[in-house]
Amino acid sequence: MRTPLVRWSLLPVSLALALTSCAKGTGGGTSASPSAGQFNPSATYQGTISVMGFGATDEIGSTRVDLAKKALGGADIKLIEGDLDIQQFLSSVAAGDPPDVVYANRDEIGTFASRGAIIPLTSCIKGEQIDTSMYGKDALGQVTFGDEVWAIPEFSQVQITMANGDLLKRAGLTIDDVNGSSWDKITAAAKKLYKAPGGKLQAIGYDSKLPEFLPLWAKANGADLLSADGRTAQLNSPQVVKALEFAVGIYDAQGGFAKVKALRDSADFFGKGNQFAEDELGAMPMEQWYVNVLNDVSPKAPLVFDTFRTPQGRPLAFSSGSSWAIPKGAKNAAAACRFAKTMTLVDTWKAAAQVRLDKRKAEGKPFTGILTGNVKADAEIEKMLTSGGPVWDAGVKAFYEANKHTFSLPANPADKEFKTAWQDAVNRVLNGQDKPQPALDKAQRDAQAALDKAWAGWTKRTN
Amino acid sequence: MSFRRTMRWKDTRAALLFISPWIIGFLIFTAWPVINSAYLSLTDYDVINDPSFVGLDNYRALFEDPKVGLALRNTALFTVMSVPAHLVVSLALALLLNSATKATGFFRTVFFLPKMTPPVAIGILLLMLFNGQSGLINGFLGLFGIDGPAWTTDPDWVKPGLVLMSLWTVGSSVVILLAALRGVPQELYDSALVDGAGWWRRTLRITVPMISPTLFFLFIVDTIAALQSFTEAYTAFFGSGNTTYSNDAALFYAIYLFQQAFEFLHMGYASALAWLLFIVIMAITGVQILVTRRYVHYEGGKP
Repeated sequence: MRTPLVRWSLLPVSLALALTSCAKGTGGGTSASPSAGQFNPSATYQGTISVMGFGATDEIGSTRVDLAKKALGGADIKLIEGDLDIQQFLSSVAAGDPPDVVYANRDEIGTFASRGAIIPLTSCIKGEQIDTSMYGKDALGQVTFGDEVWAIPEFSQVQITMANGDLLKRAGLTIDDVNGSSWDKITAAAKKLYKAPGGKLQAIGYDSKLPEFLPLWAKANGADLLSADGRTAQLNSPQVVKALEFAVGIYDAQGGFAKVKALRDSADFFGKGNQFAEDELGAMPMEQWYVNVLNDVSPKAPLVFDTFRTPQGRPLAFSSGSSWAIPKGAKNAAAACRFAKTMTLVDTWKAAAQVRLDKRKAEGKPFTGILTGNVKADAEIEKMLTSGGPVWDAGVKAFYEANKHTFSLPANPADKEFKTAWQDAVNRVLNGQDKPQPALDKAQRDAQAALDKAWAGWTKRTN
Repeated sequence: MSFRRTMRWKDTRAALLFISPWIIGFLIFTAWPVINSAYLSLTDYDVINDPSFVGLDNYRALFEDPKVGLALRNTALFTVMSVPAHLVVSLALALLLNSATKATGFFRTVFFLPKMTPPVAIGILLLMLFNGQSGLINGFLGLFGIDGPAWTTDPDWVKPGLVLMSLWTVGSSVVILLAALRGVPQELYDSALVDGAGWWRRTLRITVPMISPTLFFLFIVDTIAALQSFTEAYTAFFGSGNTTYSNDAALFYAIYLFQQAFEFLHMGYASALAWLLFIVIMAITGVQILVTRRYVHYEGGKP
């Protein structure tokens, strides 16, 4: 017998099931590659080109966007500002209404490519005659997946060693003791430099910058976290375990990570009360953009710089950066390709650098350079640098040197899960919940399972 | 008879017409997503590509995933600590407000204002207030010679810190309890006073039983909210301000679900996680209703 309740419940359930049956993505397999003929370097474009994930918030961004707009020959550019919202981006692709171009971290490109959210740029590069040799090898490698380039790279972030010269001097140390060339010296320096009267940490001697810099310490010890083909995790190799033990040991020597993290978090990182200015930090490896921040807010801070070095004394840096990708279903892929090309051309970078140089001159400050991900542009911009005095010149010299000795993690279809696996392992060790070897063993299992599943999905879609 | 039936149908039709905006909204924005998520929980789906049917694989995987157990334990522990704390603090503040004769409205607003703070801001506030080095909480404890813990980094203290921080938002519960307190008949207190009952006895024997339906409502609602905790812990330990430093002790179930759905793009697995949470919440709520039925006093009998 049908009660009214049953009768009425049939309607929503039927409707929902009907709607559910329509629920599916729009992807399915790799996207059809556009032909090179679609990308004509002399064509002009009209309408509006939408760009997601990029805000031209400074002169480097706005100058390049202006030039890109000019290169399109009439089309307007609509910037959807803020960091790329992956959920929003993928939803727009699934709904068939994506932006024309997205600005993504390079380590996200493998995932987007493997799921068919973006199109390969082989035809774009060929049609628009983009000279890919101008991009840094690591930068291009990070956006190359399945033998195709999926994004146009830009910017580079590299690490150098930054230290408080006064604290080093008082402890009878030099930058050579903390630049990575001797791990024993770093441990000794950390113990000498840290201050914790009454058990309360007042100054960090050395911050090994875990968890984020594990790849750097591992590489310095001769190990890659991931195989070159992006398929095999190598997280629990003896070299990685040793690197983690060392980098965590630095914190243990200073009273434990909890205290170091608390002091690190309490610092006015971007302001005048930063750790170096307040004598709260002896040394750390840090990305090069922080040189510019420190120069801006603490021009008189007693800083010393060097490249980060391997135990053999060679400079080394873990490179990361951004990139331009064209979503599947973009309405104006050809214009998007022109946009990405123009944003990363040598002349575009030079023009942007010139605007910054002029601005810095007007402010009476030095121009400390930009790492563009474009080796030719980097070389041109290096010629434009102005001196900020021996301290800052040494910092700039160090990061340009570091930029020549970089490595990066290869693109893979499970990059987020891979990163989460090793970072979780490091965090468990830092929190005292696990020891390095078992933590990395677990990370290895998790990461490899994620890689296997993701690569299997890629194979299924491409075969 | 026929005329009466026709009139009844006309009334029903009119009623349905009036509530049709709600029905349509419910079907599109609630019923469909719910049923769709049940369907997706049986698939492998990454938002971009077509879902592929995998049967009960996602549910099987739930029981083999150690992070599901960890997230459930964390969430349960947080709930067990935070719900009683919320109720006690809310009731204490409501009693305080109820006994205030002047400026009750002002203080009611003051107590409610923190509720207006966006949860993301509360997560960031947590990192600042509970910083083991320079946080105000440890500074305050230091006045009494207590060396405060590392609330934001020590796994043993992360959840107590989150519980304390969650008390920031008791304002709405206070307002609800205050309304309930105002509904307790004054003559009951007068009779008790005549019998020589003190404040504590009056509170335990009159106030609490009389507002027990409200307390029960808050108990259920707070429990569900605690089981779905996300924003504050995510902001403090997994969000953009702390992207590389996560803390397993703060991995709540909703955070793990979010990671699977929107960071790893395992939408099918995340849907299965969501259904497990739904079942857990339903079970806990059912048990709460059964267990607390005898302690809740309804005027005029059981509802």
